[in-house]
Amino acid sequence: MRVALFATCLVDTVAPQVAMATARLLERLGHEVVVPPGQACCGQMHVNTGYRREAVPIVANHVRAFAGAEVVVSPSGSCVASIHHQQAMVLRRAGEEGLAAEAEALAERTHELSQFLVDVLGVTDVGAYYPHRVTYHPTCHSLRLLRVGDRPLQLLRAVRGLDLVELPAAEQCCGFGGTFSIKNSDTSTAMLTDKMANVLSTHAEVCTAGDASCLMHIGGGLSRLRSGTRTVHLAEILASTEDAVSPQQTTRPAVSA
Amino acid sequence: MSAREEVLSRIRTALGERRPDVVVPRDYRTADERPAEQLREVLVDRLEDYKASVLHCGPDEVGATVAAALDTGLGAGWDPASVVVAPGVPAGWRPEGATEDDARPAVELAAFAATLTGVAVAIAETGTLVLDGSPLSGRRAVSLLPDCLVCVVEAGQVVGSVPEALPRLDPNAPLTMISGPSATSDIELQRVEGVHGPRTLVVVLVS
Amino acid sequence: MTTAPERPAPTPLAPGAPRSGTTFLGLPTAPRGVGHLRGDRSFPDAARDALRDGQLRANLGHATSTIRAKRAKVVGEVPDWEELRQAGKALKQSTMARLDELLVQLEDQVTARGGTVHWARDADEANAIVTRLVQATGADEVVKVKSMATQEIGLNEALEAAGITAHETDLAELIVQLGDDAPSHILVPAIHKNRAEIREIFLRTMPQFQGPDADRDLPDEPRRLAMAARTHLRERFLRARVAISGANFAVAETGTLAVVESEGNGRMCLTLPQTLITVMGIEKLVPTWRDLEVFLQLLPRSSTGERMNPYTSTWAGVTPGDGPQEFHLVLLDNGRTAVLADEVGREALHCIRCSACLNVCPVYERTGGHSYGSVYPGPIGAVLSPQLTGVEDNASLPYASSLCGACYDACPVAIDIPSILVHLRAEHVEAQERTTPEAVAFRALSKAMSHPRLWRLTQRAAGLGRLLARGKPTLPPVLPPPVSGWTRSRDLPTPPRETFTQAWAREHGR
Repeated sequence: MRVALFATCLVDTVAPQVAMATARLLERLGHEVVVPPGQACCGQMHVNTGYRREAVPIVANHVRAFAGAEVVVSPSGSCVASIHHQQAMVLRRAGEEGLAAEAEALAERTHELSQFLVDVLGVTDVGAYYPHRVTYHPTCHSLRLLRVGDRPLQLLRAVRGLDLVELPAAEQCCGFGGTFSIKNSDTSTAMLTDKMANVLSTHAEVCTAGDASCLMHIGGGLSRLRSGTRTVHLAEILASTEDAVSPQQTTRPAVSA
Repeated sequence: MSAREEVLSRIRTALGERRPDVVVPRDYRTADERPAEQLREVLVDRLEDYKASVLHCGPDEVGATVAAALDTGLGAGWDPASVVVAPGVPAGWRPEGATEDDARPAVELAAFAATLTGVAVAIAETGTLVLDGSPLSGRRAVSLLPDCLVCVVEAGQVVGSVPEALPRLDPNAPLTMISGPSATSDIELQRVEGVHGPRTLVVVLVS
Repeated sequence: MTTAPERPAPTPLAPGAPRSGTTFLGLPTAPRGVGHLRGDRSFPDAARDALRDGQLRANLGHATSTIRAKRAKVVGEVPDWEELRQAGKALKQSTMARLDELLVQLEDQVTARGGTVHWARDADEANAIVTRLVQATGADEVVKVKSMATQEIGLNEALEAAGITAHETDLAELIVQLGDDAPSHILVPAIHKNRAEIREIFLRTMPQFQGPDADRDLPDEPRRLAMAARTHLRERFLRARVAISGANFAVAETGTLAVVESEGNGRMCLTLPQTLITVMGIEKLVPTWRDLEVFLQLLPRSSTGERMNPYTSTWAGVTPGDGPQEFHLVLLDNGRTAVLADEVGREALHCIRCSACLNVCPVYERTGGHSYGSVYPGPIGAVLSPQLTGVEDNASLPYASSLCGACYDACPVAIDIPSILVHLRAEHVEAQERTTPEAVAFRALSKAMSHPRLWRLTQRAAGLGRLLARGKPTLPPVLPPPVSGWTRSRDLPTPPRETFTQAWAREHGR
């Protein structure tokens, strides 16, 4: 299958190893990966901060950039949820009926990584090897908007060498929430503190999730505490094999470059 | 413009011309197909879960069972005159010497220790007794002020679920749906029984 | 973030149309200077203090986790929960679509059964009507059933100004009233107090514990505290001549009112006094008697986590020989029609005040209800209060959410609260007359993110953040606002040397 990769603005700019791992993983599973060069952002941050008019050209650019793609995969539950639930709505409100229909059609072809692997490709064992103690945080949008359910856990359970430990109160938000983490930084920090306490209680080396944004938040907190527990995206774990850990994969605490 | 006209006019402005035509899906359960015996078991389980006591009896043993229920609620040796009964309660259910409710001021009912009433319907799934202000159920104050409430539920009165109960009830009657003794969760969201309503609820279930 | 793709797209509003202040589409919002819908501080400011109150955090954490577990258990027992939820949602939608007709039908039915219906445009008018009605009875005190509508309009203060004492009779409202405090939760207004604090309030304020001969033996067991409230209120119930209540539901078809409660204080108020005055928001209607079969299943399980609450009372007008012989129903607008005018926001009027969204909200659990500054706290408050007052009067509330979506999942009538929050953020942004620095940044970013070449340049500029890091893996912890909000408690990674798209292009020879 020819798969178009949507890296997302955040991963592309500050966590390139996540997109690279996604590409390596899909290639290893026998698929051709293309990276449409016009891609930038899905528009979620603008919409969720109240700039829905300003989001219109961003969404339009996204729809243009992926117009020719047969299937689109992205390593972000939150961005895929925005593509599914917000893009057409934002365009319709602006009177862009034709573009909204295109956005809906594109959303149909766009998949979050774990859903693509399990539902579209029908694999749970992707041949990964990752000899670490890992706990999984289900991010809110992947959990409640995309309903990814236990797909990421199915994938993690099939990884050789991986010791999966359950995260207490896993379904509680980490407190990121996009600009919430800045506009309400005290409340966000209080939520993060409880999330970190639960992560640390597992004595995991690695906290993983399907969203680089939430991981940047949790990882930023763990790094500030000098905790030694690091955050690694699900794609990076699944891309790792006996032959090589995923390219550029960090083994240092939390958010090192 | 009167407030009435103004509020109605605001609503019309707010809704505009395009009013959605909404179809209400009613694909939830409207009947509980379980046999009567099983529904009675569910009712008992739910009543007891919410700290009501349940006594069982046959149609001929109601009077004696009501007396036992009052033993449960008031302790042995209770005074029959301290028990008030709804006016439509059959003679055979009443303790001898009990007081029948009359047109006395409602607040005077607070002087009684216990009340005996029938019910209009009982809902198994939620452990609910519905009193409807009829002579059998009594006026609302009679099942409220005395601290112990004894209700007799007859066999044909038990339904499975809320949707089965409402059609049996008169929407214009003053209804009281009772599920267990009065309770509160206002302190640390922990449920404790017994606040302003009767602190003891005893149900006599007739088979 | 929305999850209701089938919702029709709202009509775009003219740019620059007034949305804030006092009107929405020309419809008045709740007036300033009366009632309790506005706080005196922004949410982040109020939350900052609440977050530092360790006792509050412990009390809220304990109470909300208790109720979450109870709710999950009893909701899990119902195999057709989702069907009931969708029916509840549709019933509310259909009610709103015919609200004018249904209100007139309700008025006819209540009147035909011996009740009197009054209409109030806003809080001031409702307070004046109720005060006049109480004065007409000659009473100088009333007993009250817990009611959000009367809290919203500040009725107790209005009565007090007229020399009438209002006794709150719900246990939690009593705790708040005796403690000279403000409610912090829709269902359990004293949720922020623990048993020891409640004991202290009771010992200090209840007449039964005063005086040299008073028995001050009051353990902090919830059961004993409830008993103290029973003793405190018993005599007040028996002497009361006027009661004031809210209503959970009103059935248009039959004129039936319903109050859902637990303690029996509601029954006392609805049964014993001669006069009953019910204040009800115009959105509390349901069309038919049968519709209660849906809401009486949804509400108790969602609110107290019980299969059924201990007492539900219904009445229609006046019943000779049973209960109050004089009944007044006050129908309250106070900004509700302005909410109704917003095709996205009107869904907030579907709320049945169960408070499940508060109990599951990670923000509410940590900040408590007072931070929201309104009698309607939590997620539903964050969408309802700004709409009732006009968004500019509660501008920080739509942002008081991480959009985690737990509220939407828990809502028994499936109100898409996150989508309304996002919508109100946009209403706020679009109402700004001056350009804010934030708007400048978002517009610039919008331009960059919609032009790929400009976006690559912007990414490269972001990469210059490396210079700040001076070779360290994280950026310095002290950065200027607004980034300081992040870096006070979290590290920021140093941007990588190369973006993913650059690396990919390099590898693939473009």
